[in-house]
Amino acid sequence: MADNNQNLWHEFKKGLWQDIPPFRLVLGTCPTLAVTNSVINGIAMGLATLFVLLCSNITVSAVRKIVPGQVRIAAYVVIIAMYVTVADMYLAAEYPPISKALGPYVPLIVVNCIILGRAEAFAQKNPIVPSIMDALGMGIGFTMSLTVMGIIRELFGFGSILDIKLLGSWFEPWIVMILPGGAFLVFGFLVALVNYISRKKAETVCH
Amino acid sequence: MNNLATKMFLVLTIIGAVSGGILAGVFHVADPLIQANREKELKEAIFVVLPEAKDYKVLEKEVDKEKITVYKGIDAEGKPVGLAFIADGGGFQGNIRIMVGLNIDYLKLKGIRVLEQNETPGLGNRIKEPQFEDQFKGLEIKPKVEYIKYRKPEKPNQIQAITGATISSDAVVKNINNAVAKVLKNFPQEEVLK
Repeated sequence: MADNNQNLWHEFKKGLWQDIPPFRLVLGTCPTLAVTNSVINGIAMGLATLFVLLCSNITVSAVRKIVPGQVRIAAYVVIIAMYVTVADMYLAAEYPPISKALGPYVPLIVVNCIILGRAEAFAQKNPIVPSIMDALGMGIGFTMSLTVMGIIRELFGFGSILDIKLLGSWFEPWIVMILPGGAFLVFGFLVALVNYISRKKAETVCH
Repeated sequence: MNNLATKMFLVLTIIGAVSGGILAGVFHVADPLIQANREKELKEAIFVVLPEAKDYKVLEKEVDKEKITVYKGIDAEGKPVGLAFIADGGGFQGNIRIMVGLNIDYLKLKGIRVLEQNETPGLGNRIKEPQFEDQFKGLEIKPKVEYIKYRKPEKPNQIQAITGATISSDAVVKNINNAVAKVLKNFPQEEVLK
């Protein structure tokens, strides 16, 4: 039992650092680059992805024994598309401003590789409970990553965080940070930083 | 083999049917809310672009199979104060939808409110900031609305374009001119005042 719990904890934790998307598991970079020009957009995108990932992992895991291997991708895409549409309609009904800001990126969660990737690599081979842990870990990791990207880009691009002005009028916003170029810059630096820290950690373990 | 084909067929059909059912259910609940949000936004925009209006009347006309809708703003005493209508058209990327308020004298704008846009964050999307929108208050529409770059406007029918977002500013001006021309042609002043 203790062993079992430890395994579940491991499935959860790996999404937070060891395989954190999109920095370690370089999947789902499209939404990462596209919507992180402000913190709130990053959080909303992360949470929408978390919701879809959780639902799709549960469903894929539940039907894993009855879906023939030859048609599994088609089946997964239908399941994922269904949940994405639900998320999209929910946002449009309850949070119109966020829905507007995210624009076409919510429907694009359908082709977010993290979701199909976790269905393929994890949920179709594991029971429901570990699949839930996997989805929660990956989803929370993804949300954290998008939030960090959003914080950096909004701070330098607008001088604010969550629309609260932090830098005074002396600060000239770096417009590039909220444009696509800034997304690639921040993404590159963060991947480098995560790799650097991981390598440092690995070295200390080896010696 | 035949067995496998049947199974594939069955599984996909069931997954498709169940997903479709769930979507229909969610749509049933969410759609009225989504429509209500749109409606609310539209209504709010009418009162933003026609600040004196306390109420409005919907006027509709069909021209060349295209429905044109204008909202006639009415003040507390029941007198018409102006017309509000949607200017819809292409921007730098995607569509720009603007609510335009026209004074009842048919000479000046009362204000605009950008409802939907997908312009570049930090550049083109500044068309929805008050500094830009406010320029249209009291702007003359004749001969037509124009924009000017880098300088303060010199004529009463000019606004200053956003630096670095000339295309977006141009799109706003163009959409407004088109919509105003359409309304002037199809809703003559005498008819509206009646």
